[in-house]
Amino acid sequence: MMAPGAAPALKHLAQNGAAEAIHVENLHKKFGELHVLKGVSLSARDGEVIAIIGGSGSGKSTLLRCINCLENPTSGIIRVNGEEIKLKADSHGHTVPADRKQIERIRSKLGMVFQNFNLWSHMTLIENVIEVPVHVLGVKREVAIAEAEKLLTRVGLAEKRDVYPAYLSGGQQQRAAIARALAINPRVMLFDEPTSALDPELVGEVLKVIGDLAREGRTMVLVTHEMKFAREVATHVVYLYNGLVEEEGPPEQIFGAPKSERLKQFIRNIG
Amino acid sequence: MVGLLHTIEIAIGATCLGLLIGIGGAYGKLYGGPVVRDLLAVYTTVVRAVPELVLILLLYYAGTDLINQVLAALGYQRIDISGLAAGIAVLGFVQGAYSTEVIRGAILAIPQGQIEAARAYGMSPGLLLRRITLPAMLPFAIPGLANLWLIATKDTALLAVVGFYELTLATRQAAGVTKAYLTFYLAAGAIYLLVTLISNLIIGRIEARARRGMPSLKEAR
Repeated sequence: MMAPGAAPALKHLAQNGAAEAIHVENLHKKFGELHVLKGVSLSARDGEVIAIIGGSGSGKSTLLRCINCLENPTSGIIRVNGEEIKLKADSHGHTVPADRKQIERIRSKLGMVFQNFNLWSHMTLIENVIEVPVHVLGVKREVAIAEAEKLLTRVGLAEKRDVYPAYLSGGQQQRAAIARALAINPRVMLFDEPTSALDPELVGEVLKVIGDLAREGRTMVLVTHEMKFAREVATHVVYLYNGLVEEEGPPEQIFGAPKSERLKQFIRNIG
Repeated sequence: MVGLLHTIEIAIGATCLGLLIGIGGAYGKLYGGPVVRDLLAVYTTVVRAVPELVLILLLYYAGTDLINQVLAALGYQRIDISGLAAGIAVLGFVQGAYSTEVIRGAILAIPQGQIEAARAYGMSPGLLLRRITLPAMLPFAIPGLANLWLIATKDTALLAVVGFYELTLATRQAAGVTKAYLTFYLAAGAIYLLVTLISNLIIGRIEARARRGMPSLKEAR
């Protein structure tokens, strides 16, 4: 038996024959007494851009962070690349990854971009970009450098390759962080509110880079407050409310003809 | 000169040993289970509470005795532990307690997002320590660790009480024989000062390198 809430998700899956890159099923996450996610399901097929929207405290960042186990889900199923993340209970009754190697392997296929950039401050931009390819994926240094130069050029930072992150603007740091994520040739890009920490005039340059990635068919899961942007680039929008998927669908439907009263109000308040 | 050489050997050895203990201790205190954390708390508290002279006497005499008893019990011959090895072990053990706290503070000062990013990209704990945590904590740890190094160079003088031939004991013997106390002790003082000055130069270089990604405070003023 399918829960009634699963019906829209199934319809959405049927539209697309591509392989499923991320599959989340009935995910629960509790922080102590606080029940942040109350059974969320999500699916991203190759080439899809999933935008997760919702108010503060709706659990959208937690959902994203559960996908690569930066937060350990309390219960539920997460499959990345068709591989289910093995979880077990530790001695305190918390759910933790059962196989560290598996988590590391899965993480190295997911390019995460953080709200606060989180570039490594003791490395120049080029060092930041080649760090994971060279030390985690075992790419030859020269090959990684050539690739990193291309990526930095692509995000418009070629001339900043030997500069340390602290000397750059937030927009430049975030673009470098996107280059770092692209360098691992990720199966899926995960964006956790990538423009929320930026000055308004710097948001555009970062959204342009993300938009270009979306248009070239990269699979992405994007937590964002930029509704206009979500409407432009997303193939599927998920509205979270209070730890549950309140409504989901193609952007035209979510933004053009929302059914849920809460979503209508949310869009009115934000827009 | 042999005295000075011994002093520097011990200080370097003790600092290196102290750093290793400190890194392990800081990691244990931050990420270890309750038992590990409690044991480390006892270690850092006791070592930092007891005067170093007492610790040196205790560890040197009791420590060598203990090792020999263990060896005897296992049917081996008693060994003479070299003063150098004993000195490094004892001072390193003391330094380790202080470095544990210095390094723990430095690791806490790293913006946690940088460690999270490393985890998010699939770094194993060992790689994360080597590539991210250690280099990122270094700028915060160097002032404290530099203090510890300078203290180590002078703590070597305490080893004179267990008869280890280092700078202070050499000075005392030379001064006793020649009766030129002022000359020899002033000379010894000057040598300690010289060691400190040279250390400052080297530490300055290391610190500039460790802080390479950080804008200087002067520019921010």
